[in-house]
Amino acid sequence: MSIHIANVTKRFGEFTALDKVSLDVPSGDLLALLGPSGSGKTTLLRIIAGLEHADDGVVRYEGEDVTNKAPKDREVGFVFQHYALFRHMSVFENVAFGLRIRNTPKAEVNARVKELLHLVRLEGLGSRYPAQLSGGQRQRVALARALAVRPRMLLLDEPFGALDAKVRQELRQWLRQLHDEMHVTTVFVTHDQEEAFEVADHVVVMRAGKIEQAGSPQDVFDHPASPFVMDFLGQVNVFHGRLQDGQMHVGNIAVNYPEYTHAESRDATAYIRPHEVELERLPGDGTRLPVKVLHVNPAGAVTRVRVLSEAFGWSLNVELRPERYAELALRPGDQVFAVPKRVRVFMSDDYAI
Amino acid sequence: MQPNSMTPHSAIRRGPPTEPLWVQRLLIAAAVLVLTVLIIVPVINIFAYALQDGVGAYWKHLTGDADTWHAIKLTLFVAPIAVVLNVLFGIAAAWLLTRFSFPGRTLLTSLIDLPFAVSPVVAGLMLVLLFGAKGWFGPYLQAANMKIIFATPGLVLATMFVTLPFVARELIPVMQAIGPDEELAAITLGANGWQMFWRVTLPNIKWGLLYGVILCNGRAMGEFGAVYVVSGHIAGQTDTMPLRVEKLFQDFNLPASFAVASLLTLLSLVTIVLKVILENWKDVEVPE
Amino acid sequence: MKRKRILPGYNLTLGYTMAVLSLMLFLPLAALILRATSLGPKEFVAAVWTERARAAYLLTVGTSFAAAIVDTVLGLLLAWVLVRYEFPGKRICDSLIDLPFALPTAVAGLVYSNLYVEKGWFGRYLVPLGFQGAYSQTAIVLVLAFIGLPFVVRTVQPVLESLDADIEEAAESLGASRWQTFWKVIIPALQPALITGFALTFARGLGEYGSVVFVSGNMPFKTEIAAVLVVSRLEEFAYTEATAIALVLLAGSFAMLAAINGLEWWSRRYAA
Repeated sequence: MSIHIANVTKRFGEFTALDKVSLDVPSGDLLALLGPSGSGKTTLLRIIAGLEHADDGVVRYEGEDVTNKAPKDREVGFVFQHYALFRHMSVFENVAFGLRIRNTPKAEVNARVKELLHLVRLEGLGSRYPAQLSGGQRQRVALARALAVRPRMLLLDEPFGALDAKVRQELRQWLRQLHDEMHVTTVFVTHDQEEAFEVADHVVVMRAGKIEQAGSPQDVFDHPASPFVMDFLGQVNVFHGRLQDGQMHVGNIAVNYPEYTHAESRDATAYIRPHEVELERLPGDGTRLPVKVLHVNPAGAVTRVRVLSEAFGWSLNVELRPERYAELALRPGDQVFAVPKRVRVFMSDDYAI
Repeated sequence: MQPNSMTPHSAIRRGPPTEPLWVQRLLIAAAVLVLTVLIIVPVINIFAYALQDGVGAYWKHLTGDADTWHAIKLTLFVAPIAVVLNVLFGIAAAWLLTRFSFPGRTLLTSLIDLPFAVSPVVAGLMLVLLFGAKGWFGPYLQAANMKIIFATPGLVLATMFVTLPFVARELIPVMQAIGPDEELAAITLGANGWQMFWRVTLPNIKWGLLYGVILCNGRAMGEFGAVYVVSGHIAGQTDTMPLRVEKLFQDFNLPASFAVASLLTLLSLVTIVLKVILENWKDVEVPE
Repeated sequence: MKRKRILPGYNLTLGYTMAVLSLMLFLPLAALILRATSLGPKEFVAAVWTERARAAYLLTVGTSFAAAIVDTVLGLLLAWVLVRYEFPGKRICDSLIDLPFALPTAVAGLVYSNLYVEKGWFGRYLVPLGFQGAYSQTAIVLVLAFIGLPFVVRTVQPVLESLDADIEEAAESLGASRWQTFWKVIIPALQPALITGFALTFARGLGEYGSVVFVSGNMPFKTEIAAVLVVSRLEEFAYTEATAIALVLLAGSFAMLAAINGLEWWSRRYAA
């Protein structure tokens, strides 16, 4: 089941939650809506589910206009951020709810619920009440409940937001597996870029009610369309400089920027990811930036180094592979040279970090 | 939730799904009808009958009859005493139950609510069996020339009995929520028990306490069953306002009965207004 | 081993609380029980199980039960409207709900009898229709429904307020109509509060005296409730008999209290 969203706008009083958003979700896709809080991602998800009505625009499921269809008739599986399990019903009854509403024969309900409890690995817990389950178990009950009615699509609002780190990791991989087995079109909302990249086929980055960028995780990460996306997808070093004649000048470093070839110079910002900076002991050909090591944190999968360019007064975060760190044998106070391997330049716009 | 405090985030907070407008209107109309028939019309009825012969007659009913006038004064005397005694009890019980753990604490907590479950008539009867002329303490009281039943002390006791849980009930959850940390801090800073109570505990519980006092007072002034049994209803001596209402009603003196009833109604309306004001204050002082 | 208590006042407050409870509660209860049981078993039964007393118990339980049913339905309606809808005068309506608690029961009895008698504001229309709202069993139910109205509203209101919109949306997205959501999701969630409110109203009705004595007419076998019977025995100076009936009434009230506590425990079973 594909989803087509065209020019959807939603306002809450003065606040515009969604501003003419258009999006296509291909059938069988696993798509992540990624963005900070207030970016409109949850509102978009709720509009897809029919839990919210768009002020303007159209929502279609596989060509069928559902904009004014009530949620109960949409056959959508929705998983709520805080699960919204029915506290007074056992796990079994929670999962059976949608089937019972549809007057499904008893034997079929039993079989289907059993099947789903098996799928979410909660066999034997059917008679428990939600309050007797752990967070991860509740999450899986919510998922089983949504899937029981064989929904045309699965929508999840911050599905792992309320769980602790370890359970979250497990459930992510499990959701991916589940999707690969079932191929039901799935959209989930998250503010965690790592989660989006790890699980999704496609990532949609949202900001202030608009879609900032959409694409595969690789695509979005490698070619961020805007400084906002660049910044949102992980730590970055930011430098302000001047752009002129197809080159950006930051301190003593020049970066090619062929999109701007005018002689008139203008402000621009350069973004460098910490893992895209190399540190060298030798000065090289003069395009290396002399820096002093301030602080080294070798704990973890990468070694984080903080360096300072005394000439320009910039400090810079660098991530090194542990082998490289061992090779360099860095110590605070050492004079070294920084080499940016990849710099992204954006002309100054309204976005400021 | 005030509109001007709305941030973008809270603006997105949604209400639950709702019903069609005609269903809403129908239910609102039904609710207002229920309130009108059960509460609003009766209140209007009281004042309409009390004032049916004009304000002058109304005033005469209240002040011209010595027994009625005595009943008003008696109620205004008995109720505050019972309230003060219950404030002392409420604070002591709440302190005991929220600041110490000891065997039987849970049992004691539920015992405090017990007077609510006792029929006022039974409560009055129990006091008669204890303090009446033929009761357990009767001979001793007689020897000491003290009279409790069919006298003012009995009225105080009966009133105190039926309102016993009010203050404690308000204070216990408040003190539980606040916790003992501030009091412990005061003790470590060198405060003695009274200083701790006056400077730390009391300021923290003042709204809950006042709330309890208002509810307790409202009930104390209006108590009928328990007081009825212990008073012996001697006009001009042990008749409180509610008892006076009944006596005038039995004497078919409806206008006078309604006059006294209107005064009690006024008191209960004041109680409700005070309660609303207090709830608003509490909201202002402790924003969520 | 006794743990040292850091905060002061344990002995003082324990002593004072126990003294007051002893004087006000334990001793009176003991006096009541001892007096009632001073009768032999046969005499006791003879005192509490007369035809008149049985009629009174039945009437008390029946009218209290009916009033509690009425209040449960009306209380749910009022709580629902006050929590879910906006309308002019809502705050005043909300405050007025407390009036039955604040209004002296004698005043309630006085005005209810006055409203429903033949010449009363309501009675003049209802009596010709055959609705006897004064000096009848209906009158008792009416006034008890007034007295107990706030219980259900005030127990249901906070639960309804704290109910997450999520669960109603979840039901809706699973295909439930509004009506199905109401019966299958909202009512079960409110059920513990409704039962507690019902039980509180019922318990209050069992012991009520002040209002009923005005409206019922107090006719033995017909409109005489148990509390009125106790008082009329007292006025005949039949203290022991009155005490015995009072003990039955008290046992009934305590059973209700135990039931309420049991219900509260039961309704928390989901939260285990």
